[in-house]
Amino acid sequence: MDKVLFGDNQFFAVSHMSDEKSRQQAIRFKDDNSIINVLDQARCVGINTFMCTTHERISNICDHIRANKEKYEGYKIYPCMPYAHKFANAVTEYGYIGTIKKYIPGNLLGSFAKGGLAFVRKDFISLMELLVDAEMKMFKGIDTPVIFLQNVLVDLILGLKMITVFKEYDHYIRKRYNAEPGYITMNMPAMYDALSSVGINNPIICSSINKLGFRMSGGKEIYEKYLAEKQFRPIAMQVLAAGALKPKEAIEYLGKLPRIESVLFGASSRNHIQETKELIEKYMA
Amino acid sequence: MKLKGGVIGLGKMGISHAAIVGTHPSVDLVAVCDTTSIVLDVFKKFSNIRLYHDYIKMFENENLDFVVIATPTRLHYPMVKYALNKKVNVLCEKPFCMNSIEGSELEQLAVKNGLINQVSYHNQFIGTFRELKRLIKSGVIGELVHFTGEAYGNVITDEKGGTWRSDPKEGGGCLFDYASHVINLVQEIIGRPVRANGTLRKKILSKGVDDAVYSMLTLENGLSGVLMVNWCDQTYRKMSTSLTIQGKKGKIICDATEIKIYLHEPQIREGLDKGWTIKYITDLAIPVNFYLRGEEYSAQIDHFIECIAQKKQTEINSFEQALYTDKVIEMIIKDSKLQNNG
Repeated sequence: MDKVLFGDNQFFAVSHMSDEKSRQQAIRFKDDNSIINVLDQARCVGINTFMCTTHERISNICDHIRANKEKYEGYKIYPCMPYAHKFANAVTEYGYIGTIKKYIPGNLLGSFAKGGLAFVRKDFISLMELLVDAEMKMFKGIDTPVIFLQNVLVDLILGLKMITVFKEYDHYIRKRYNAEPGYITMNMPAMYDALSSVGINNPIICSSINKLGFRMSGGKEIYEKYLAEKQFRPIAMQVLAAGALKPKEAIEYLGKLPRIESVLFGASSRNHIQETKELIEKYMA
Repeated sequence: MKLKGGVIGLGKMGISHAAIVGTHPSVDLVAVCDTTSIVLDVFKKFSNIRLYHDYIKMFENENLDFVVIATPTRLHYPMVKYALNKKVNVLCEKPFCMNSIEGSELEQLAVKNGLINQVSYHNQFIGTFRELKRLIKSGVIGELVHFTGEAYGNVITDEKGGTWRSDPKEGGGCLFDYASHVINLVQEIIGRPVRANGTLRKKILSKGVDDAVYSMLTLENGLSGVLMVNWCDQTYRKMSTSLTIQGKKGKIICDATEIKIYLHEPQIREGLDKGWTIKYITDLAIPVNFYLRGEEYSAQIDHFIECIAQKKQTEINSFEQALYTDKVIEMIIKDSKLQNNG
């Protein structure tokens, strides 16, 4: 994985610090071109991996990348699925079965070998595979070497102790997409233990890691202990603690945790992108 | 010895409560109950938790210390009553009941049986709203003049939707589901509403229930303010709840992520400058051991478990407080009928 991964929260009005900032972002990134421009600015400073949710607007970005193959030679996307709010809202509005019907394309469900929805009810692994395929459709023809499960789903499965689901996911991503599975979580130590318990070794785990201990469940100390002692491939996110930390202070802290393989961050301006990337290169070489 | 817990209702909230309860170090989640077979099938395949279709059977077979009830609102009354009669402590989803007659009976029964009772108004466990409550109590903005309580979100996005949330007989609709959160915040942070006026309940996309509620509330301390709630506003990515409180010495705007304080004069004791001071959730969030969708969901369960362990009734989100929120909902419904639009 590259040292620096470019995130997408800023494009979709996700601010963990301010609802007002969210609205400003929604206004600024109304057009897909405004997103593409920022991605191109990040590419100019050498950031060639875009880690993004399976938000419906990402499919337009994918269309653009496919239409400009030469320009995006070597460009990688790390999809993160599912886009949680899409599903959570759908469950509220349509119920579980209604949600499955809505998000698995009719032809996929209809052609499902052993009889559509009735069969899905009993075969959750096939259902999971169908949902993964439905989410992955938009990335066809694009290099997606790591495919992540989003934190809401990861942490739900983790809390319910349905750990074998991770094993099935791991297996399917490797087999079907020839890619490395990744896991986003707000509970990194517990997630590491869970994956170890089902024999998933050296996993890619993306979690909040910041000097403030923000969204580091159980506290910063246990995170630091796992980062020092356990064998996995950590990605640090929320490194600025939703903007509460200054970039220099934030990245300097990460520099003390040498096992961190990559840093995920998003920004909207070229200056911010460049500044953060240079800090990462300076302190985390 | 660990406490034995159960969860009834495995919809969006129930399944999230189950995951949080399941990770609590002092608890064994021993049983879950739902009528939807697809959900129970998932549990059957991937977990060792005992499963029930019928909550009465669950109470009869399991020796539970507590239960989390996250079913449609209409079912809260019979289920909570059954649990209380079985001497089981209860954390119930919001809103509490369909009407205050049911709620009063449950509240009295919980007190009579000496059981820990809590309702899941999770905003009370968000750091910013707690800080707002503290600041209002300490009087930083002086005598209060006006408030606005708002919640917006995009739960209902088309005219076709059809779960219990769009059925008034089940306790669906924006007033019960969304506005209850704001009413509860106003009630606990500023003061208890005693009157609703000028209520408008509007249908936007739903057929049987309101999608937006606007009402003028007068509190027991005489202060008046406005409630504005809409759950089919697509400009919001997720539910956004906020309170704006105007005082004679300043103003505070608070939501789940930040609290913005404007003061006419500095408040040395609070370390607040003249003009704007912004405090963020990054400094105010309640630390938790397990995170799913927000610290507040874990914090409220941690609090409930701690109350059971210490045999001490909660001061946050008790049945009595939630019952009062139900009473305000009734005031709003009654006023909307008077306005001839309910």
